[in-house]
Amino acid sequence: MRYAMAIDTHKCVGCSDCVVACQTENNVPHGYCRDWIVEYVDGTYPSLDMRFQSERCNHCDNAPCVRCCPTGASHIVEGGIVLVTHDECIGCGACIESCPYDARYPHPDGYVDKCTFCVQRVEKGQNPACVDVCPTHCLHFGDLDDPNSDVSLALKDRSWKVLAPEAGTKPQLYFLT
Amino acid sequence: MKTRREFIKISSVGAGVAALGLHALDLKGLNWLNPDSSNEPASDEDMTPYPTYCEVCFWKCAAWVYVDKKGKIRKIIGNKNDPHSQGRMCPRGTGGLGMYYDNDRLKTPLIRETRPDGSQYFRKASWNEALDKVANKMKEVKEKYGPEAFGLFNHGTPGGHLEHLMRAYGSETNAEPAYANCRGPRSAAYYATFGAFIGSPECTDIRDTRCMVLIGSHIGENMHNSQVQEMSEAIDNNATIITVDPRFSTAASKSQYWLPIKPSTDLALLLAWIHVLIYEDIYNKDFVKKYTFGFEQLKAHVKDMTPEWAYGITTIEPDIIRNTAREMAGAAPAVVIHPGRHTVWYGDDTQRERAMAILTALLGAWGKRGSLYLPEAVHLPEYPQPEYPKPKWSWRDLPEGKFPLATMGITSELLKASIPRYKYKHQVKAWLVGGTNLPLSMPDKKLFKEAANSVEFIAVMDTMPMEVTGYADVVLPEATYLERYDFIRAAQNRVPNVALRMPAAKPRFKSKPAWWITKQIGERLGLHAYFNYDDYSEVIDWQFKKLGTSLEEMKKIGVKSFPRESGPLYIGEGEKFEFNTNTGKIELYSTDFADLGFDPLPNYKPHPEPPQNYYRLIYGRAPMHTFSRTSNNHFLWDLMKENSVWVNPKVASLWELKNDQKVWLKNQDGAITSFPVKVRITERIRWDSVYMVHGFGHSDKKLSRAYGRGASDEEMITKIAKDPIMGGEGMRGNFITFLKENPNKNRKEDKA
Amino acid sequence: MKEELFVSGRHIPNIDPYLNIWHWQIPLYLFLGGLAAGILFFAAYFVVRGKEKEMPATVKWATIIAPIALVIGLGALFWDLKHKLYFWQLYTTIRFTSPMSWGAWTLMAITPLSIVWVASYMKEMFPKWDWKFGFLNKFEAFVIKYRVPFAWIMMYLAIILGVYTGILLSAFNARPLWNVSILGPLFLVSGFSTGLAATMWVSKDEHERKVLSRIDIVFILIELFLIIHLFMGFMAGTAVKTEAFQLFLGGEFTISFWVFVVLLGLVFPVTLETLELWGYHVPKWIPPLLILFGGLMFRFVMVEAGQITRFLY
Ligand SMILES: Nc1nc2c(c(=O)[nH]1)N[C@H]1C(S)=C(S)[C@@H](COP(=O)(O)OP(=O)(O)OC[C@H]3O[C@@H](n4cnc5c(=O)[nH]c(N)nc54)[C@H](O)[C@@H]3O)O[C@H]1N2
Ligand SMILES: Nc1nc2c(c(=O)[nH]1)N[C@H]1C(S)=C(S)[C@@H](COP(=O)(O)OP(=O)(O)OC[C@H]3O[C@@H](n4cnc5c(=O)[nH]c(N)nc54)[C@H](O)[C@@H]3O)O[C@H]1N2
Ligand code: SF4
Ligand code: SF4
Ligand code: SF4
Ligand code: SF4
Ligand code: SF4
Ligand SMILES: [Mo]
Repeated sequence: MRYAMAIDTHKCVGCSDCVVACQTENNVPHGYCRDWIVEYVDGTYPSLDMRFQSERCNHCDNAPCVRCCPTGASHIVEGGIVLVTHDECIGCGACIESCPYDARYPHPDGYVDKCTFCVQRVEKGQNPACVDVCPTHCLHFGDLDDPNSDVSLALKDRSWKVLAPEAGTKPQLYFLT
Repeated sequence: MKTRREFIKISSVGAGVAALGLHALDLKGLNWLNPDSSNEPASDEDMTPYPTYCEVCFWKCAAWVYVDKKGKIRKIIGNKNDPHSQGRMCPRGTGGLGMYYDNDRLKTPLIRETRPDGSQYFRKASWNEALDKVANKMKEVKEKYGPEAFGLFNHGTPGGHLEHLMRAYGSETNAEPAYANCRGPRSAAYYATFGAFIGSPECTDIRDTRCMVLIGSHIGENMHNSQVQEMSEAIDNNATIITVDPRFSTAASKSQYWLPIKPSTDLALLLAWIHVLIYEDIYNKDFVKKYTFGFEQLKAHVKDMTPEWAYGITTIEPDIIRNTAREMAGAAPAVVIHPGRHTVWYGDDTQRERAMAILTALLGAWGKRGSLYLPEAVHLPEYPQPEYPKPKWSWRDLPEGKFPLATMGITSELLKASIPRYKYKHQVKAWLVGGTNLPLSMPDKKLFKEAANSVEFIAVMDTMPMEVTGYADVVLPEATYLERYDFIRAAQNRVPNVALRMPAAKPRFKSKPAWWITKQIGERLGLHAYFNYDDYSEVIDWQFKKLGTSLEEMKKIGVKSFPRESGPLYIGEGEKFEFNTNTGKIELYSTDFADLGFDPLPNYKPHPEPPQNYYRLIYGRAPMHTFSRTSNNHFLWDLMKENSVWVNPKVASLWELKNDQKVWLKNQDGAITSFPVKVRITERIRWDSVYMVHGFGHSDKKLSRAYGRGASDEEMITKIAKDPIMGGEGMRGNFITFLKENPNKNRKEDKA
Repeated sequence: MKEELFVSGRHIPNIDPYLNIWHWQIPLYLFLGGLAAGILFFAAYFVVRGKEKEMPATVKWATIIAPIALVIGLGALFWDLKHKLYFWQLYTTIRFTSPMSWGAWTLMAITPLSIVWVASYMKEMFPKWDWKFGFLNKFEAFVIKYRVPFAWIMMYLAIILGVYTGILLSAFNARPLWNVSILGPLFLVSGFSTGLAATMWVSKDEHERKVLSRIDIVFILIELFLIIHLFMGFMAGTAVKTEAFQLFLGGEFTISFWVFVVLLGLVFPVTLETLELWGYHVPKWIPPLLILFGGLMFRFVMVEAGQITRFLY
């Protein structure tokens, strides 16, 4: 089993609903976020190109954050989801330094936090909160090993890219282009 | 009597830094006190969902409010059976709980007092005292001037309750910015053409369209929920999207065709499109023949309005105009010519909307799959009450014959009627305000201030200490939508349906629901017959039961749909169809307009252009905010704390502006923004215009997050292009220039 | 024009607009670690070489600094932890892929060792010293008896510690400025050089200082060579790398790196030491002070600048 997310940058409108839904679902404290939106604009008026991208932890196959964690707080669970056990985390920040995507943040309570792929929902067969709220349905989640999962279907006929592949992390967020 | 009603910032004690500091402490404190704010997400099964419909904007999406075992509201999730939300709220709806948790909320009734030295302040008052005061004033005005002289500014459901009170009392002198500052021109134009309104949610069949044309509508930034969702479906279906916008909007970036039009020239483009359809003979002939009136006049009218003609005006290449017209014709009738919503732009807006309506008709894109469907709403049975008394005059009579096709009150007319020097036949002496923040939603602040200073009394019902509450004599703190019963939602849609709003939590502080506040006032005025219930839930239960359901059932389902009664969603092939117009047909040529002396067929007339060193101010929405009402909402504030002024790189280099540099704006009339605004240098805007998101630049310090963040576009809108047909207030004919030094240093702070 | 912006308003403290998770504590910790590694390495080295008598400051006096530096360093690290109460979790597991983990374990080993080392010389340094408890005296005798094997262990641990201070940073793929294999050796050499400098400072013996100074010159020259190497590596690297190194070539850290680290911290002292060897008079505290200052600056600059460099945004 390999959970992954596909993000359709053609459809995302940058509304940031996925950010708010994540915050309310996961109790993310004000001023912090587990996901975020980047707007890319290119060209000269009026020949312009623009896309929005909803980003979060890539749940990397080759996760440097897990490798560098001195306590094992950062770990990988079934389906490749990268998690942090709060009371094993000492808040050393090594994993934050190690993540090429700046996907982690120090929670005000001390431990390090980040996107969990909403593991508490996924375990129950639900989609992550951000996926379920997105008004443009541009987030697709599921098991890559299942050819009929949402994410596999989304990736089937589309070209995609991952972020900073040169960092060697084997990220599992696929941005449909 | 210049400062009879001095603007008061509610409790300015400990404002600014201290207030911010306290706020931070407060949050920390909350965390300690609530062990359940443990950071673990709560499981849905451990929470109770309460049905509601959203009040963060007026799409009214139905949702479930999840409350955990400790009674804490945790999240708001769309109701899957609701056609407005389709199970997904927009960011503002998802963040709606920020309104409930906002500690800057109005907490108790307030009454304006004057100190011996003449300065004014708000005193905390009991509900009894505040309600007595409003009721007494209402009695006094009724005796002295008649109830009609008590005006009402309203918006949304709170405004609806106030409207009920006022009509029971005998006044129909009301207006809301959501008409003359929003969709008024659309109503007039589509009514004149099709004998029907577009309504809300707009009856656009976007999900099944093959071609959607957006003329200014910035869906995706304008976050009206199901519309955004359907646009995404349309993209999936490979529908062609054509966006006409001087700015590279989000929608433009998703469109096959973006027509970067010169602002204020859309009418010329529309007429050229009509020309191409007719003269290339690609309009929907069957439909036009069967259902329309005035085709020959139209044909003659647009004879010379060629794409070449329009090119000179709009800067859109003739080829593009032709190709886009052919795209539409190819997709017809499954074309949505989006009628827009905020349509008060340049003063000829009803005519521009008419051109859109005509284009729609030529494509046969009305009442067909993928065009505009025929909406239907549940007709709510009326809770038993006596007839409302008939007022001697109402909002209709204020303009005295001007704006004959206005179908709702015009805000600025109500303001002018409040100022004796305008010598209106009918004078307004006092106001009730609810659910609208006039200083930030109406242009021409001078007029507003003069009017506010002229009336004898203002009572404002709001949830937040907004600009408008600063002008009140009595402030009535309303509970948020998450804390109250309210009207049944019975808005139009493809399928008629109703939705319930019920409290998910007790009102915080001393706030009260609008139904309670209006009932209390009504009882004091001896209007019990109109408020014949103890709790509003009785009213809706009664109504639900009449509809064959009940409050009990609705609490479980939130939304209920009913079968259509008005016939199918679309007009059948060749079906006979009577339109509610003078001719019974779609009026390409408007007989009403002709009778009233307006152009029966739209004509393009040029609009003023920015003088040298000035740029046209255009404005719009950010997806995460609703006007000025959400700027203090912690969730949404986190996403966007202030607006910026978008400047083309060429302009920026001319002015030597840097990204994030703070500038003040000055308009053609010398008005200057109270606060500076950051520059965003971007190719997304033309060199002759600047763009701002509307709703920022709050001047009430009590809004600890929103205060002084960004600038208010409203302050730059002093020139209004009045629509002669329905009184719309065109706001995009204002031009600004940049001030790089603080102009307010030596000036007194401009109040609200 | 290209624009790239966060539309959802990311303003996470210490992460946006650029990373600043590690503050002064970490460079200080790295500096003190390297310093202690240097001091302990040479102490052990001269014991192994049987030069105990010739090098009294190196073997005995200067080593007092090591446990102090290590404890302060650990204190700094602890200070920077954001979940302090869970500190002990470091010692519930060994993670070989995590430099932070084996660093913590190395420190766990070398800190007590350094204390024992100093203790075993207490009587020599302070003849009136008395351990009061019998078992301590017995333990002392044991240590003294096995001093050479003991020294071997410490030498290895010191090297590990020295390399660790560099690898802690260079293991971070995500920070282009750090992610260069040369950083391990570079920090090792630099740490040893600061260790030598501290020892030189403590030493009163002319001959001992000369021996140390000669070694130090070699170390500094190696360090300079490694820095040139580092520099060339960046220039030949991918776009992110060259971009990262721009911080030192006209960017924010140009002066702090070239003036403070390279000139003041390496070129000056190496010149002065050479002059001294040639017989010129140089105040004896100046070169060590410059080296120590340079070493500290080097770590501050690397930690701060490295956090600014990134792959995205
Ligand atoms: N410059 C400029 N002006 C504009 C526009 C623009 O784009 N630019 N847009 C125009 C348009 S399209 C419209 S529709 C109008 C809208 O203008 P308004 O009708 O004024 O709408 P809001 O700005 O949302 O004002 C909402 C007020 O209602 C209060 N409120 C919110 N919820 C509740 C509640 O539950 N109970 C009560 N009692 N009060 C509540 C808020 O605190 C706030 O004071 O503005 C128009 N004005
Ligand atoms: N997130 C969010 N969504 C909202 C609201 C909100 O407050 N927040 N408010 C709701 C309400 S009440 C309304 S009325 C709607 C308003 O939403 P719309 O009806 O979409 O509003 P418009 O004024 O048509 O859209 C503004 C767009 O018009 C463009 N524009 C400016 N001048 C011209 C011009 O001369 N020609 C053309 N073709 N385009 C021009 C601007 O660049 C901008 O992209 O939004 C609704 N949705
Ligand atoms: S909710 Fe969907 S459309 Fe909105 S920003 Fe997130 S991914 Fe994009
Ligand atoms: S994105 Fe960052 S935090 Fe997430 S798994 Fe990859 S390296 Fe770790
Ligand atoms: S901060 Fe926590 S999760 Fe991250 S590396 Fe340190 S211990 Fe592991
Ligand atoms: S998957 Fe869950 S935790 Fe991750 S960003 Fe989406 S909502 Fe947040
Ligand atoms: S569109 Fe958004 S803000 Fe408006 S009612 Fe729906 S969820 Fe609420
Ligand atoms: Mo509106």
